Parts: sequence; C-alpha cells; structure tokens
Amino acid sequence: MSPPAIELIAISKRFGPVQANKDVSLSIAAGSIHGIVGENGAGKSTLMSILYGFYEADSGEIRVAGRPLRIRRPADAITAGIGMVHQHFMLVEPLSVVENVVLGAEGGKLLKGGIARARAELARLSRDYGLAIDPDAIVGDLSVGFQQRVEILKALYRGAEILILDEPTAVLTPSEADQLFALLRSLKAQGKTVILITHKLREIMDVTDTVSVMRRGAMVAHVETARTSPPELAEAMVGRRVLLRVEKTPHPRGAPVLEAAGLSFRDERGCEKLSDVSLTLHAGEIVGIAGVAGNGQSELLEVLAGLLQPSRGLIRLDGEILDAGDRTPANLRELGLMHIPEDRHRMGLVTAFPAAENSILGYHDDPTFGPGPFLSPARIAAHALAGMTAYDVRPADPSLKAAKFSGGNQQKIVLAREIERAPKVLLVGQPTRGVDIGAIEFIHRRLIALRDAGVAILLVSVELEEVMALSDRILAMCGGRITGERAAEATDERDLGLLMAGVNQEAA
Amino acid sequence: MDWLTTIAVILDSTIRLSIPLLCAALAGLWSERSGVVDIGLEGKMLVAAFASAVAAFVTGSAWAGLGAGILASVLLSLVHGFAAITWRGNQIVSGVAINMLAAGVTVVLGNAWYGQGGRTPPLEGAARFGDLTLPFARAMREHVPVLGLLYDEVISGHGAPVYLAILAVPITAFVLKRTRFGLRLRAVGENPAAVDTAGISVAGLRYGAVVICGVLCGLGGTYLAVSQSAGFLPQMTAGKGFIALAAVIFANWRPWPALGACQLFGLLDAIAIRLQGVLLPGIGQVPVQAIQALPYLLTVILLAGFIGKAVPPKASGLPYVKER
Repeated sequence: MSPPAIELIAISKRFGPVQANKDVSLSIAAGSIHGIVGENGAGKSTLMSILYGFYEADSGEIRVAGRPLRIRRPADAITAGIGMVHQHFMLVEPLSVVENVVLGAEGGKLLKGGIARARAELARLSRDYGLAIDPDAIVGDLSVGFQQRVEILKALYRGAEILILDEPTAVLTPSEADQLFALLRSLKAQGKTVILITHKLREIMDVTDTVSVMRRGAMVAHVETARTSPPELAEAMVGRRVLLRVEKTPHPRGAPVLEAAGLSFRDERGCEKLSDVSLTLHAGEIVGIAGVAGNGQSELLEVLAGLLQPSRGLIRLDGEILDAGDRTPANLRELGLMHIPEDRHRMGLVTAFPAAENSILGYHDDPTFGPGPFLSPARIAAHALAGMTAYDVRPADPSLKAAKFSGGNQQKIVLAREIERAPKVLLVGQPTRGVDIGAIEFIHRRLIALRDAGVAILLVSVELEEVMALSDRILAMCGGRITGERAAEATDERDLGLLMAGVNQEAA
Repeated sequence: MDWLTTIAVILDSTIRLSIPLLCAALAGLWSERSGVVDIGLEGKMLVAAFASAVAAFVTGSAWAGLGAGILASVLLSLVHGFAAITWRGNQIVSGVAINMLAAGVTVVLGNAWYGQGGRTPPLEGAARFGDLTLPFARAMREHVPVLGLLYDEVISGHGAPVYLAILAVPITAFVLKRTRFGLRLRAVGENPAAVDTAGISVAGLRYGAVVICGVLCGLGGTYLAVSQSAGFLPQMTAGKGFIALAAVIFANWRPWPALGACQLFGLLDAIAIRLQGVLLPGIGQVPVQAIQALPYLLTVILLAGFIGKAVPPKASGLPYVKER
C-alpha cells in the first residue's frame, strides 16, 4: 500500500496567548477526498496554512508521500506538489487569467514563452476536467465561480498532487457547488488528493471519503464519512449535543407592516442593482431572501434601511407612504424599523470602541444615557451590561473593546442593541456569518421568538440552509430581481437553487 | 519662418523642462506599482542634485556626478524602503521626513563646504554634460525643410541624461508588460497576498522597485544640477517631485501616458517662460503666476472628469502583513 499523501505529526502552533493548534496529528490517504470540519477559530485554517508554508509550526513534523519535509514558505509547498485554494482568492484582479496562472511559475525572465506554454496547458486542463475558461479574460470581470476555477487551475498548472480548498462553497450557488464537487471527484479519479475545509456538514457527507473534526485547536475525531452522521459530527465540533434543526411552530401572520413596490436602485456607475422589487412583510413572519452574494440582497437591505435611496419605487410602513425625507436611518428607527447590517465590522460596530459605547451606537440622543449633550459612562456601562447578560455575551465586560470578542459575541452585541428597542420590523443581514454553531443556535432561537412576538422580519443570508430553516416564506433573488416566491415547507434546495440561478421554471 | 523657429525653441525647452518631471514620474510609477507610495521623490532628486554637483566639481567628471547622484538617491530610497517595507511604517510620514531631511541637509552641507549660501561652485567643461549633436542634424537642417529644423533644434542637442530619461520610458513599459519581474511587480502592487502565496518574496519585489525609483530620481536630480544648470542651488527641485506625482495619477500609472503628461507640463512651463512680459492682445500682460499655476489647474480639471477615473494600484500605500 502506498504511503499516505500527507501526514501531520503532533503539530503545534501558538500566536501570542492563543494556542491555535495543539498536538494535531492527521493522516490522509493518497487519492482520497478528506474533509476537515470545525467551528470558526477551531484551527482548521491555521493547520492548512502551516501545511502550505504560510506559517511555520512551533513543533511537529510534516510528511509528504512518506518523506519528512520542512515547509518554510509557500514555495516549498508548491515544490512538494501542494496547492491551495484560499477562502479569499489570491488573485490579482486587473490581470488576465493566464497572467494569474503563470504568476510565480513564469519559466524564464521574459513572459512570452511561459504565457504560450500556459495557454496550451490551460487548454489541456480545460479538456481533461471540463474547466472551460477564456485565458485572456480579466480576472476582476469574472464571476466568483469562475475566479475559483482560476484558483484551481493555478494549483493544477503548478503540478499540484494535493489540493487544499478552504471553505470553497461559501460563495457559490448550490449548482455551482455541485459542479465543484463533480470536479473534485474527477480530480480524485485522476489520483489527486483533496483536502476540503468547511463548516457545512452536508458537503462533508456528500463528497468526502474520510473526515476529521477539530475543536479549539485540537483534533478530536477521525472517521470514515460513511460511518458517521451530521448530528454526530456537530456534536464532535461543539463538544455537546446541538440541535441542527431550528424548532419552530407555525404562527399565524398578522397585518402587513412593511410594503415595498417596484423598488429599483442604480449604483453610482449606473449599474442597476435592484430592478422592480416588490415585497410585503407581515407582522409575525420571517421572510427569507435566498440568493448568491452580490445579487442585490445587500442593496435591498440598505434601501429598506434608508441607507440608500432607490431610483424608483414606493415604501410603505404601517400603510403610510414614506417620502425620501422620511427614509433616514434615524427616522426609520424612530418608527420601529431596526437593521442588523450584513457586515458587523464595517457597519454594525466600531471595533476599536469598547462594548459599552458600541451598545448605544445610533442611540446617543436617548436621554437615559445622559442629560442633554452629555453622556454618562456609568449609565451606558450599566445598560451595556444588562444587554450583554441578556444575550449571553462572553465575557460580559462592557469595557472590553469590541474587536476582542469572538464573531458570535460581537453579533450578539449588535442584536442586543437593536432588538431590545422593541422593533416592529427587523431587517437582518447575514446574522450568523462567522459565528460559531453554539451562538448560531442562540441567534436563531431569538429570531424565532421575535417572530412569535409579532415582529416582521426580513432575513438575508447566503446560507441557504439558514434561510430554509428560519423563514416562513422565501423569496429568491438573482441579478437584482425577485425570481420566485415559495412557502418554506413547499420547497427544497434544488428548487431554490434554480430560482437563485435565474432559471424560469414556469417556462421550462 | 520666424514662427517655426519660435515653436522649435518652445518645444526644445519643453523637453528640457520635462526631463526632471519624467524621471520623477517614472520613479514614482515604479514605486507605486509595487505598492509603495513615495512622496519623497522631491527630496531624493534634491539630494541627488547636490551629490552630483559636488562629485562633478571634485572629480571634474559629469559621469562621476551621475554616479554620485544615483548613489545618494538610492541610499535615501533604501531608507524609505526600510521604513515602509521592513518596518511597515507609514509611507507618507517617511516620505515627508525624507523631503525635510533633503531640504536641510543639502543647504547645511553646501554652506559648510563652500560657504556660498548653499550653492556649490559653478561647473565647467567636462564637469557638465555637454550637448550631444545627433547624426545628420546639421545636414538635415540644411536640406530637409521644417522636419530638419525640428530635428536639429528639438530632438538633437541635449545632454546625455535627457536621452537616458527618454530611453527609460520604453524600457519601463517593456519590463512591466513583458517580463517576469514586471508581472510580479504589477501583481504585488495589487494583491501582495497573491504574490506571497505564489511563493514569491513580497519584500524582495518591493525593495527592487524602490531601488529603481532611487536610480531614476538620481538621474533626474543629476540632470538638474549637472546638465540643465551648472551647479547646485538650494531648493532647485522647486516642487517638481510633487508635480511628478500628479503626472503619475494623470497617466493612470502607465509609462507612455506618463511621458505625455510630463511633456504637457513641460510645455506649459515653457510657454510660461516665453510669455513673461509679453503683452497679449485684449488681455494685457499675463501674470506669470497664472501660467505657472496651469499644470496644477489642468491636473485638477482633467482628473475631475475628462480622463475618467484614475485607479491606483489597490495595495498602494499599504504595508503587507500576513493575516491570520
């Protein structure tokens, strides 16, 4: 039997006080697809970065095809036949596909020969794996799915025998993800070894042969995929039993609260990001927006929250038409429309400020926080502490900078700030992006409880499972349009995937 | 034919005036394409002008002056590189520091050594770059109408640094577009992480670019002191390093358009000099300051909409830190 493609023996890595990997061992058989799962911050990416030479381990040994190897920099990994597709693509957007592919493997001081060779090789890879791509396209103009293809081609062009993919499906539609999995299977058939890092258990069950689970920097389980189940993996990831399904009872919906009719929005370059979007939110229901990132969901949220002005269309709140002048974020908040933005770092928090100051962002005028123009630090701290306790923020320390909290706890600080204002309408963007499973469970239960209390909730998420689990109704978006509406219980991933891809099924 | 001679004289001085701009603009282009913002072009040229004037005076050789000018400028570049690349310092602060250091040090040393208020002694003979007459210049002037005159007056008859600077344009374009080094350099200014993961040293590329920037600033400074003038004068760069930054933006960080932008600014300068004291019909005497302001006004107006958006290299000004 041939030696394992990769063996990691007792790898440890520390960043200051954080033990990112401790005593991690792993063995991956050649020609297999191996999954690594774990919560955010479990050390998966660090481990792969060590394997790729981005960091050097403090201790431990790496063996490639049975031979011990020191991988000190990415060049060493590339020489050893290891290729990596990073979660954030390592592409140079203004350059063409072929230029990106040869970068670092130009084969000579002048580009001419190398580029010609790369063209021929790209044509061959396109044929062998069905990875059709225009070598002269500018990478920045390509869709995310195609950019990922360029990343994979880059690794294959360098002769990678072992391919590491870090959260590859986060940016793909379900059908693009299926294409990717088909590609991984054909790579495996050609004898390549694939390492797939993900937190989506469905993908692990779908495509891998074996799977390893990481928790808090340590490897906690190695199993054959055929002999495990999603609940078992989830339990190993979190260290306790978790409910993967959101418990939700049917709830009668109330009167329409927020109505949008014919909303369109053009960005400053004149690109139409929203076209003729109409929707109605009723009290006591969650409406989910399903769509691949960048199809107008963000703009829809921001238009409804008053951050962007639509070029056309009407918005009614409680039956009253809102004029452009009324649609300022501050005024909308007064009227009971709260917004949990998609990107908490950019829009939800000032990460350099302590939790206490973050807990009153946007509500500085509230007289409970101090008389007139003055703010009372003691009252703000007390207010923040109450919110943090109620939302189980750990550590519950209002003086700690927001940047120091984990993603889940940061999100809970934002949720506490907006939800405790008793909203009538809640706009939620990516509530669980970068949030660990334990906190996801908590956030989901809160949203359901709000719905049961009669709040109208609009949920935008790129996690299709989340949209399906929480929503009462689902609207699919593609290219700035609503491409279909489904009741949550009357649809499945395939159906929604087609709507998200803009396929008109009535016509088909 | 008098107007033709006038045009030829203006074009000739356009080239002379644009050379320092061109050197500095190409220098800035190299640096910024690699992701290192350099507002210290001015200071580097000034130090190079001083060093070249001193070396040319001491040795009596203009070429020794060029060597000294380039050396001094490259050393300052490496200081900037050390601050900006190795220590990931603020590139603007480092650039400002270099400008202030250059302005002070040249005058102090010049005064201490020669006691002429910061000037260096006048250069004569081989200590200056003489004007080169290109082949057939005389013959063409006599036998070919118009073009012959322009060839002799405008193209021929400049010092060696002028031709070196102009040669640097196609070389820059070729290296950036068609060589491995150029591809990597363009990549590192856009996304250094992509370069790092491709197994290439980000710091190595950026140091390379910074040294090239130093060489070009050295050429520009030397031209000022040893070719255009005959010695160093305090503050003789007079803001050219900053106009060059405008030219880089104007040219959208591309070498041929940078040549065009520098020629345009040089032309405005040449016209400004020509118009001093001239009475224009209906307007009267144009204040020379108004003409001198034209390059700046032009930059603002054109950038405000006529040439579209200037898109800088994405990682420009950002130190590269590996993310966890």
